[in-house]
Amino acid sequence: MSDLADSPVLLVALTLATYRLGCWIRDASGGHALAQPVLVAIVLTGAGVRLLDVDIATYARGTEVISFWLGAATVALAVPLHRQAARLKGFVVPLVVAIPVGAATSIVSVVLLARWTGAGEELVRTLSPKAATTPVSIALSETVGGIPSLTSVFAIAVGILGAVAGPAVLTLARITDRRSRGLAMGAVSHGVGASRALAEDETEGAFAGLAMGLTALATSLLLPLLLAVLL
Amino acid sequence: MRGGIVVGLTWLVVCQLVGEVLVRLTDAPVPGPVVGMVVLLLALEVRRRRGHDTDRDPAVRAADGLLRHLQLLFVPAGVGVVAYLGAIRDDAVPIVVAIAGSWALGLVVVGWTTRLLERSEGRA
Repeated sequence: MSDLADSPVLLVALTLATYRLGCWIRDASGGHALAQPVLVAIVLTGAGVRLLDVDIATYARGTEVISFWLGAATVALAVPLHRQAARLKGFVVPLVVAIPVGAATSIVSVVLLARWTGAGEELVRTLSPKAATTPVSIALSETVGGIPSLTSVFAIAVGILGAVAGPAVLTLARITDRRSRGLAMGAVSHGVGASRALAEDETEGAFAGLAMGLTALATSLLLPLLLAVLL
Repeated sequence: MRGGIVVGLTWLVVCQLVGEVLVRLTDAPVPGPVVGMVVLLLALEVRRRRGHDTDRDPAVRAADGLLRHLQLLFVPAGVGVVAYLGAIRDDAVPIVVAIAGSWALGLVVVGWTTRLLERSEGRA
């Protein structure tokens, strides 16, 4: 039986079933912000993996069949953008200015806050690329001297934060324009934020996907420069 | 462009592949799938200009299906986070403060910047 616990079949089934349960809870709760299927699935699958005593590397390998599609799903974000292409007109200047400003804000603030609260330099460097989408943040962490695997943890964390709290914070800050909201979600919470934005509204989702791509680019260019100044 | 789900997924994966190739050729600091997104966007715009109803394209229908469950695809990476919870306990305060603070600040700055610029552009 123990070999079954390590087999992809069980691990994939566990992941799919807890995600499905997460969808059910979201619908049953009338779309409560905390009831994000991704969060429910992570908590329950994480608990299951621990209970079954499955090694985390084994889990990652077993569920590659799921994570593989993340790349194709990123490509798929072109579709909401295509449907919203007409709404890009008159929004190019805000886009071109806000994305680098946002990327710089994310980097500078995370570095300063971490230092003020007593983080060591390696941890600061590890935290610094967290706003970029996960694969980019991992690569950047490596180039700036952070711990890549830990950076991916932080990137996922800001993504989930966005999925759970993003729309509420935006409403609190009185940002109501669908394009601005989407752009902000994608700029700080990349793909996970885009998934929530997409569930809120197609325009929001389209602009979140766009912001995710541009933020990855802006962060890659700005991070080495800003770290040289700040550290 | 006719066909079902397999044809649609093929289009998405091929766009991703084109993106990966372009990134490797140019050494661009962006992930291949993001470039693939631009490739698909351009392809769809070209098809629309030629008078095709892109909503019926298999790539579009496959994309809609995949995006409906986008959150599922992040679950494996998220479960990895659970494994790290113990390791980051000592630095929990700086991590939580820096992540939450920086996230909220970035969110509001991007939102306000676009709102401000959009208004001034609307007036001009």
